[in-house]
Amino acid sequence: MSQAAVISHAAYAEHAEALGFWRKYVFSTDHKTIGKQYLGISLFMAIAGGFTAYAIRWQLAWPAAGIPGLGAITPHAYNSLVTMHGSIMVFWVAMPMLLGAFGNFCIPLMLGADDMAFPRLNMLSVWIFFTSALVLLASFVAPGGAAASGWTAYTPLSDTWTSAVWGQTMWLFAVALEFASFLIGGINFLTTAFTRRCAGMTLWRMPLLVWDEIAASVLFLLSVGPLVAGAVMLLMDRLLGTGFYDPSKGGDPLLWEHLFWFFGHPEVYVVALPGFGIMLEIMPVFARKPIFGYRTIIYSTIVAVGLSLIVWAHHMFVSGMDPRLATPFSVTTILISVPFAIIVFAMIATLWGGSLIFDTPMLFVIGGLASFIVGGVTGIFLGSAASDIYLHGTYFVVAHFHYTLFPVTFFGGYAGIYYWYPKMFGRMMDERLGKLHFWLTFVFFQATFIPLFLAGIGGTPRRVFMPSAYPSFASLQPLQVMATVATIGLIASQIPLVVNFFSSMFRGALAGRNPWRANTLEWTVDSPPPHGNFPDPPVARRWPYDYSVPGAASDWLPQVAETNPPAGIKVQRAS
Amino acid sequence: MVLAVMALIGAEVMFFGGLISAFYILRAGSFSWPPIGQPRLPIAVTGINTLILFGSAVTMRLGVRAAKRKRRVAVTRWLLATLILGSIFLAIQGSEWIRLIQYRLTVKSSLYGALFYTIVGAHAVHVAGAIGALLFVTCSASRGRYSDSDHDGLTACSLFWQFVVLLWGVIYAMVYLG
Repeated sequence: MSQAAVISHAAYAEHAEALGFWRKYVFSTDHKTIGKQYLGISLFMAIAGGFTAYAIRWQLAWPAAGIPGLGAITPHAYNSLVTMHGSIMVFWVAMPMLLGAFGNFCIPLMLGADDMAFPRLNMLSVWIFFTSALVLLASFVAPGGAAASGWTAYTPLSDTWTSAVWGQTMWLFAVALEFASFLIGGINFLTTAFTRRCAGMTLWRMPLLVWDEIAASVLFLLSVGPLVAGAVMLLMDRLLGTGFYDPSKGGDPLLWEHLFWFFGHPEVYVVALPGFGIMLEIMPVFARKPIFGYRTIIYSTIVAVGLSLIVWAHHMFVSGMDPRLATPFSVTTILISVPFAIIVFAMIATLWGGSLIFDTPMLFVIGGLASFIVGGVTGIFLGSAASDIYLHGTYFVVAHFHYTLFPVTFFGGYAGIYYWYPKMFGRMMDERLGKLHFWLTFVFFQATFIPLFLAGIGGTPRRVFMPSAYPSFASLQPLQVMATVATIGLIASQIPLVVNFFSSMFRGALAGRNPWRANTLEWTVDSPPPHGNFPDPPVARRWPYDYSVPGAASDWLPQVAETNPPAGIKVQRAS
Repeated sequence: MVLAVMALIGAEVMFFGGLISAFYILRAGSFSWPPIGQPRLPIAVTGINTLILFGSAVTMRLGVRAAKRKRRVAVTRWLLATLILGSIFLAIQGSEWIRLIQYRLTVKSSLYGALFYTIVGAHAVHVAGAIGALLFVTCSASRGRYSDSDHDGLTACSLFWQFVVLLWGVIYAMVYLG
């Protein structure tokens, strides 16, 4: 250990003690605190997102009844609810949970670093994000109501024609702030991974979660630019009276769709990759088996990142764009399922033959994987232009993307919460409540969205205030009622989580350093880790997935372990 | 910090890529370009202005080289030269904007005007930001900050400056000459 490191750690310890309440818990530059702040904001916004989901579903099931807690709503208010539900869940729940919370909390710990590369920028990013959430929530009470043009803000709906004059502009500002926050965060993640790794932590020894967070950040940086350009033009249309998207002034509404989906499709993978990272990180620990195809997973991830930048127009098959574009975009879209299929098969192969331990984190991982496969397979029908023309704009699409994003965000995110909670707060969460939470969530999730697949195949259009008013869809109304009942069940299923989360903070069993017998570096320090993370700079001596190594004394070898298996025994390594 | 600036530049390239592709898409869909009754862009003055900005890239490069050779005074001098050239560029751009507005080219007059002011304005904001960063770096340099082996901040600033200059070359070629 170098002299400098000793001094710096002593300085950290002193520094940490000198900090008052505000600097320690509110305006903190510590990546662990910032990660928890992101987690807190995302869970709070999930309540808002869940409430909008409940209101939307109630309206669809019993349009005449009036929504308990909200009253009867106008079609415009319904559009606002749908818009805000999508925006909140993607930008203010999925991204802060999967990137903000687990990225910030795990990356420096897993790499053996004392903090992010730019701790003060990191604090700036969480506060910009907090501001963006406030602006978005404030738009609910703006004159004219919240934005009502869908989370995709399609022009001309979002242009000067919308009656949500304030709401739409506030939505644009909120999204702009959110992007600024994640732009700063993404640059920070990337720089940290390339400059702050501890001794011995080569790129090919990085845990897969770190790889996935980096891949997601790079993808976000590459894809967000065109949407920001589009948003600047939309703001100018709204505030300065230009006509970028207004055909009467020579503009083109389709331009927005291209710029939006150039970002919007990669955004799905920006959210999905960290979700996969969490699943990939947890699986080997609870299968007591090395990850299958470590390098293959990384290469597949990189290929998926590249391909995701050239698939966007599959959202636009029926938009009126040149139909000759449909074939190339169908091809790239079907191609991108190959790297994801490889990752999914690598996950299944990791489970295969393992000594599976069905603790709550593992249950959420397996449940999430099983559900995600349904989302992936149904995506093929939408990626192919021929079948998409029929299914586009129906509840089939709604069910499909909920089957991809819900498993990634909530099953993945919950798995991460149950898994890293001991490291975050030093105490274990209750297993019985956790398992109850899992089974209720899993069952009600399927019960919500399977009926919507059927309603969609029946042709029911999405984003319609009262589909039952059309005689042709009236016979499908029982499916809508079933989905609504299940949604209310799904929301109620989150009560065990809330109870568990807060009661375990005080009453949970003390976790100790490594309750899961896991290999990655964060489990070699105290729970919760001190300011500056590692009392002594760690040295990574192996990859993070040495579980059940033949000849080893225990079935796990932490990354810092020096012992090597006896000579002559061949250890399965990353391919 | 250099890596962080490279990542930022990557995102910026995509941002301007979005703006410039919007320019081409909307131009392809319009009847006449520039629209009837709208002024032509000042190619000659802006051409000279482009050369001024390219000159600032050279002085910036010389400043970094002086820092590597540990010539403290020369670093400050070259950075100041870069600052002055960058400010001249912005000033000439500003006066051209005023002239164009007098010729009734505004954001509302046509899509042509809107695109021009959006793209060139977005670039001007970047030049202004780069000048701010350069001002900070120049102050640090005058206090001898980069005369030892740590040039990280200077290199990062220089990288961003070169990007802004190169970007202007692309915008001039595509918006003015294209």
